Amino acid sequence: MKPAPFTYHRPETRGEVDALLAELGSEAKILAGGQSLIPILNMRLSSPAHLIDLNHLHDETAGPALDDGHVTVGPLVRQSSVERSELVTERVPLLAETMDFVAHPAIRNRGTVVGSIAHADPAAELPAVLAVLRGEVVARSATGRRTIPAGECFRGPLENSLEDTEWLEEVRWPVAAADQGFAFEEFARRSGDYALCGVAARAERAGDTTTVALGYLGMGDVPVCTELPPLGASAFETDEVEDAVARVVEGQLDPVDDIHATVAFRTHLARRLGATAVRRAAAKADTAGQDS
Amino acid sequence: MALNPGESARIELTVNGIAHQIDVEARWLLSDVLRHTIGLTGTHVGCEHGVCGCCTVLIDGEPARSCLTFAVQTDGAAITTVEGLAASDDGLHPLQESFRMHHGLQCGYCTPGFLMTALPIYERAPEMSDEELRKAISGQLCRCTGYAGILSAIRGAAEIERSRKGAES
Ligand SMILES: Cc1cc2nc3c(=O)[nH]c(=O)nc-3n(C[C@H](O)[C@H](O)[C@H](O)COP(=O)(O)OP(=O)(O)OC[C@H]3O[C@@H](n4cnc5c(N)ncnc54)[C@H](O)[C@@H]3O)c2cc1C
Ligand code: FES
Ligand code: FES
Repeated sequence: MKPAPFTYHRPETRGEVDALLAELGSEAKILAGGQSLIPILNMRLSSPAHLIDLNHLHDETAGPALDDGHVTVGPLVRQSSVERSELVTERVPLLAETMDFVAHPAIRNRGTVVGSIAHADPAAELPAVLAVLRGEVVARSATGRRTIPAGECFRGPLENSLEDTEWLEEVRWPVAAADQGFAFEEFARRSGDYALCGVAARAERAGDTTTVALGYLGMGDVPVCTELPPLGASAFETDEVEDAVARVVEGQLDPVDDIHATVAFRTHLARRLGATAVRRAAAKADTAGQDS
Repeated sequence: MALNPGESARIELTVNGIAHQIDVEARWLLSDVLRHTIGLTGTHVGCEHGVCGCCTVLIDGEPARSCLTFAVQTDGAAITTVEGLAASDDGLHPLQESFRMHHGLQCGYCTPGFLMTALPIYERAPEMSDEELRKAISGQLCRCTGYAGILSAIRGAAEIERSRKGAES
């Protein structure tokens, strides 16, 4: 269980990373926190010829920042610093609520938020949260930059939509509006493990109706995002919420059987967690609306 | 900087306060360098993919998996391993003493990882809720002792530290 030999590169500027990727392309892998990549190398599931270590880039921010209606994180912002950030707690409460579910404290001390998005694990929390919040990422290469909406970031299991010469310099999380409420629910065998099923909810209140979007993880090859039909106030006194979630689960999710859980169990979890998330997010949207 | 396969780079690693100048290949894991190059075998290796936690050490004061870090990345860093806990003259660290008192170990394989994970939090542990403390150590696996003794041990260490200080003054 040791990595195969590779050439190790330690660029000091973002421009040097661009140049290395332009030269090496698919031969190279970016190394950020290493908390997903190094296990893969140790098990020799992959043996890239080159690793480009971002950890020694100069002048990188260590924490989240506020920029034009978004909270932004750069390539070296550790998950633990997002977890402890007051800015995130105040402006992107869904991200703050979810951080606790991402791996374990010692993993979060090194793992990056950008790395988790780039890794595109269908069981990871952050891609689903980014998708349900309609966030975006900024990719760069020697030839320029482009912004990619979250919905177009994920192609398949462990497959993002970057070109071989591109890498991510930023993930942008939209700041919550006053009339929005959020909730995150998941079920895992052990606190911090990858979940058997998880779901993020974003609710918006307009008059008497509440619109809720759900983002599921672990229920398909990529995060599955969907909006429920608008719910009236009475929906929350009846089973209408449960029925609406059940229709989404039935029609749009594609769970698979594996050693950890059967399709039937995952489907059950998706219905229960989904309904709980909808109710919690909607209740928060209610109080959020009253405060303002 | 670029380091080709088979080539070594000279790094400086401060381990438990002692500076080491060592030559490492890029693919060498910090866990292996601590154990094989520096000879500190207290850091255990269980799974080499981040799951068991027994290789946990402090990198610049923060717990991290030494099996998921290349040694070359830690050039200039300060590492604390389980060998750095006990004072050379003064016997066990309060946290180690507490593990002994509260039956926090049996075979001891997982213990270095638990100790290094608990080190930054044990002083706050008496005030932490059960749920908080369980979450704080959720990344560590123990296969033989069970977790009740380990939780009491982490909770009890601050008390041992206080009574030692009391005895001194
Ligand atoms: C025991 C254990 C449990 C875990 N549990 C969970 C969990 O419950 N939920 C969860 O979401 N995650 C979990 N993780 C994964 C963890 O969150 C990782 O830290 C994260 O997925 C990857 O971030 P990283 O910075 O470590 O990336 P790395 O491991 O360095 O890289 C991962 C991938 O992303 C690419 N990459 C990284 N940064 C960039 C960039 N800036 N631009 C382009 N490509 C880039 C790399 O090339 C690589 O392919 C767990 C990990 C472990 C070891
Ligand atoms: S050996 Fe590092 S976590 Fe298991
Ligand atoms: S004491 Fe034996 S594994 Fe924990």
